[in-house]
Amino acid sequence: MPHELGITDLYLFILAGFLGFQLISRIPPLLHTPLMAATNAISGISLVGSIFIAGQNYNLVTNVLAFIAIVCSTINVVGGFIITDRILKMFKKDNGKSA
Amino acid sequence: MMHGLSFDTLQICYLFSAILFILGIKGLNSPATARRGMQLAAVGMFVAVASTLLSKEIIAYHWIMAGLILGTLLSLPISIGIPMTKIPQRIALSHAGGALAACLIGIAEYYRYQLQLTSLNTSVIGVEVMLGALTFTGSLMVASKLQGILPARPMTYRGQNIVNISLFILMIGILIYLILTPVATLYFYSLLALAFLFGTFLVTPIGAADMPVVIALFNSYGGLTGAVMGFMLANRIQIITGALDGASGFILSILMCRAMNRSMTNVLFGAFGKVVDDKQTISATNTSDKQPQTLSIDDALPFFEYAKSIIIVPGFGMAASQAHHSLREFADKLKAKNISVKYAIHPVAGRMPGHMNVLLAEANVPYTDLFDMDEINTDFAHADIALVVGANDVTNPAARHVKSSPIYGMPILDVDKAKRVIVCKRGMSPGFSGIDNELYLKENTWLLFGDAKETLSKLGYGFKHS
Repeated sequence: MPHELGITDLYLFILAGFLGFQLISRIPPLLHTPLMAATNAISGISLVGSIFIAGQNYNLVTNVLAFIAIVCSTINVVGGFIITDRILKMFKKDNGKSA
Repeated sequence: MMHGLSFDTLQICYLFSAILFILGIKGLNSPATARRGMQLAAVGMFVAVASTLLSKEIIAYHWIMAGLILGTLLSLPISIGIPMTKIPQRIALSHAGGALAACLIGIAEYYRYQLQLTSLNTSVIGVEVMLGALTFTGSLMVASKLQGILPARPMTYRGQNIVNISLFILMIGILIYLILTPVATLYFYSLLALAFLFGTFLVTPIGAADMPVVIALFNSYGGLTGAVMGFMLANRIQIITGALDGASGFILSILMCRAMNRSMTNVLFGAFGKVVDDKQTISATNTSDKQPQTLSIDDALPFFEYAKSIIIVPGFGMAASQAHHSLREFADKLKAKNISVKYAIHPVAGRMPGHMNVLLAEANVPYTDLFDMDEINTDFAHADIALVVGANDVTNPAARHVKSSPIYGMPILDVDKAKRVIVCKRGMSPGFSGIDNELYLKENTWLLFGDAKETLSKLGYGFKHS
């Protein structure tokens, strides 16, 4: 059976959305590019859902679709965290002389 | 694997991941805490994925492992080596990937359960597949425009908005029909096809200079698609993460729109930067046949030698000519002579939010030298030189007073208030909006023609020897 839609899920979504607004509005424009890279990495969480579908081994069609979804999400997770870290590593304070 | 993690254990793990994600985003408040924050988020991701793999619902591992390994292998070359100037298209590509994943899972669920689906189920799956599909093709279009595979200028034709709007209404109609009759398979797949098409059509008329808004918008859609996928699978970590991402993209796109004084509708349907209707505006802004003053590098050097404070205004032109390293070298020499050097960053300079900051950080400019528009605008009046490198529309004083100008009302950097303005420019071509920049005709403005990178290296070299 497909999953039931729970009202708690809606609660979660709305509250997390509000939390998101509060969190993101405090991030300085300086870090907006790494923020986008970071949300890309974190949005790779759809990997979890894709793993469930592939893991249930229903039939070839769902397996192949879920396989592609896993590949795409894994790229986002691994690549996203690497890129975010590469960007953040570059932000340095002025230590008198820039090297 | 006989005894996997129970549902409750799994939920506890997800809760832990959600907390780490939130702390991770909170870390981005300041460059000092950002890296640590993202490491926490990465731990959160690891916990979520590992606990899912151990869940008792997973009965087969071959497809999962193959996907994880292939995905990791594919991610490395497009993440480790990619130059910072290409980050905008890279981000757009990952929006496409994330949206495609959600879309495919939606299709898989529909395909598997189509005879048992309730109207509520179908509405969720329909929205997921529609948003996912249009974000996928839309983001691919964005990436190709930024990469230069497709022309950066808007592509328009007569009746384009009517075509797009009817397509959208058609999709909504099909979606409603599907919700009423969940078994209408043909309609489901037509909705999918139309959504792919709509994503392409949506981005076709949007020019490269508007990409900061569009990238942020697709970031938001990607997040929402993820959240809807979470609703469909009753997976709470996906709902929370999707809501956070959606909020993030939404705020960024609003900020970008505000920085251009334009509405979202205008960005999406306005085809900004079209050359056709600009003839009138140009003649309206050109008060006289005044010619801009030009300058050679040798003439420019003394200006810099006698200056005490300099504000540098970078724009997309700096990224395009890869001039950020030469710029920093020149700035270092100025600083060595105790000249104050600051950078003024307009929110929409470049091709995505924060683009200039990343490039300058890559060139080892300390972030304490970078200032947002609001922080620095009053400083221009005290600056001896404003050095504009490849920025155009964001410095155009016409935005303040020429009502007919397409950029009227856009907040700009008050470059013209500086004692002297020196503009590094490749040629006399207008900026992206297609209008002439009044700044160039001011008597305290000099144009320094040439490739920005070359000009700045020569300036740096000349300055050393003087």
